[in-house]
Amino acid sequence: MAVDEVAVLGVGMHPWGKWGRSFVEYGVAAANAALADAGIEWTDVGFVSGADTMRNGYPGYVSGATFAQALGWTGCPVASSYAACASGATAMEAARTRILAGLCDVALVVGADTTPKGFLAPNAGDRPTDPDWLRFRLLGATNPTYFALAARRRMDLYGATDADFAHVKVKNSRNGLANPNARYRKEVTEDEVLASPMVADPLRLLEICATSDGGAAVVLTSLAYARRHAVDPVRIAGISTVTPTYPNTIIDLPDIATDSAAVLGAPERSFKASIAHAAYEQAGIGPDDLSVAEVYDLSTALELDWYEDIGLCKPGEAERLLRDGDTSLGGRIPVNPSGGLACFGEAVPAQAIAQVCEITWQLRGQATGRQVDDATVGVTANQGLFGHGSAVLLKR
Amino acid sequence: MTRTRVPALGAEGWFTLDAETPALLGDRCTACGSYAFPPAGSFCRNPRCASTAFATVPLSRRGKVWSYTDAQYAPPSPYVAPQEGHVPFCIAAVELAEEGLVVLGQVVAGVTVDDLQVGTEVEVVLDTLFSDEDHDHLIWKWRPVAAGGAG
Repeated sequence: MAVDEVAVLGVGMHPWGKWGRSFVEYGVAAANAALADAGIEWTDVGFVSGADTMRNGYPGYVSGATFAQALGWTGCPVASSYAACASGATAMEAARTRILAGLCDVALVVGADTTPKGFLAPNAGDRPTDPDWLRFRLLGATNPTYFALAARRRMDLYGATDADFAHVKVKNSRNGLANPNARYRKEVTEDEVLASPMVADPLRLLEICATSDGGAAVVLTSLAYARRHAVDPVRIAGISTVTPTYPNTIIDLPDIATDSAAVLGAPERSFKASIAHAAYEQAGIGPDDLSVAEVYDLSTALELDWYEDIGLCKPGEAERLLRDGDTSLGGRIPVNPSGGLACFGEAVPAQAIAQVCEITWQLRGQATGRQVDDATVGVTANQGLFGHGSAVLLKR
Repeated sequence: MTRTRVPALGAEGWFTLDAETPALLGDRCTACGSYAFPPAGSFCRNPRCASTAFATVPLSRRGKVWSYTDAQYAPPSPYVAPQEGHVPFCIAAVELAEEGLVVLGQVVAGVTVDDLQVGTEVEVVLDTLFSDEDHDHLIWKWRPVAAGGAG
C-alpha cells in the first residue's frame, strides 16, 4: 500500500561553482529562492531540516540551526542530518515524517557546502580506528579508486568500452548547457574525454566528478496546506534512505573489505539496487512508470550501474540503453537532464536536494532548454559512504 | 641501527609477520561461522547472530581478482608516499572463496592494469608501505601468482 504523500511547494538553488564563500551564504540564497518559489514567508516555516557539511567546522555540523539563525530565529524547531552524499535526502525524510505525523505543515530543507580543491580526503590527524582514514593511509584508496573498480568490472563482465563511458559525459555535458545552476556549461566531445589524463584506470579526469560549492533547498508541506497555495503541486510519493542488507558483497566506500557471504548468501538485491526499490515500494510505482531520472554520476561508469539499479534495464544492458539514445533527452527515459554531477561537481549535502529540485522543475515543465516532454513521474538516486544511499520518487 | 619491521599504524593484528607465507588475519564468529576482515573485535555483523565470541583465523592466502584499477596520481595525506615522486601502483579487490570476502589491497610494484583481469589469481605478500628512520611500516599487497618473483 502506498504511503501518504507530501507536496514540494518550492525549490531553489544557489548556482554551483568554486565561489570560495561561506556555505551559509549559498544555503540562505537557496532557501530564499525556495520560499519565493513557494510563495510563502520564512516566518511561515514550522521546521528547518539541515543537511550537514563536514568540512566547515561546527556550523556545518549543526546546519539546521545555522540556517535558521541566518534567516532569523523564529523559535521553530530544527534538526541536522548527516548521511554522507545522502544527507539531503535524510534531511528531506526528517521533514516528510514530521509533516506526515501532523507536527508541522511547512518544512524548509536546506543543504550547502564549500569544498576544498582536489581529492576529497579525511580530516587531519591520525585516526587509526576510522575506516575512512585507514583506506587512505593503508591503501592509498581515493574515491576514484572505488569508482574505477566498478567501471573496470563493467568492462570485464559486460564489455563496456572507454567510448561508452565517454559517451555518458558527452550526453550529460550537452544536457547541462542550458542549466543556469550548473558549474560546467560547455559541450565536451568523446575525443576530449579520451584525451584527458587517466586518474584511476579506466577512468579519466573528465569522467570523475569534481567537488563544488553550492546550495539547494526545498519547501515541503502537507497536501492540505499545498492545495491552499498551489494548483496541482508536485508530490513526493516515496523517500528511501535504506542501509545495506547483510552481507553487502559489493565493495563500497570507505571499506577495505566486504561483508562475508560464507554463512548467509548475498541478499536478493544488492545495496545499490535496494535503494530505488524501497522508494518504488512506498509509492506503489515502478520503473516502467518513470518519465525521467536523476542519478549520481560520481563517474561516467557509475551512471550506467544506476540504469540497472533503478530498474531501467537488466544487469549488463545499460550500455545498449545508452548507445540506443534511450537515456538522452528525447529518448525513452532521459537520465540526468540537469547535466548531473558531470556538470555540477559534488556539493555533498546539497546534492540530493538539487536532484529533487531538478525533477520538480521537470514535472512542472519549467526545465527550460532541457525539458523532458510530458514528464509525470521522476526518481532520484544516490549513494554515499558508510552504507548511505537515497532515492526520492516524485510525481505530478 | 637496524630498522624494525612493524605493521602500519591501524593494521596491527591484521596479518601475520611470517616472511615466507604471510596471511591476513580475520575474525571468525564461533557461533555462526561468518568471517570479518578487518577483525571486528566485539560484535558479529550477521544480524541474526548476537555472538561476541570470535576466533582469530588466517584467511586464504590466494584469491581471484574481483576488480582492479590504479592510482595515476599521488593519493592525499594521510597516505605516505614510499619514495620521492609518485610511482603509479595498482589496487585490486580480491575475492576469497572460502571466506566469502572481497578484500582490497595494493598490488606489488611492477604490475600494471594490463597484467590483471577479473578472475586473475593472486596471493597475499607483505611489503613496505613506507619507511622512517627506525621502522619499516608493513602492509599486505596482492601479487599475481603466475608472475612469481620476490614480494
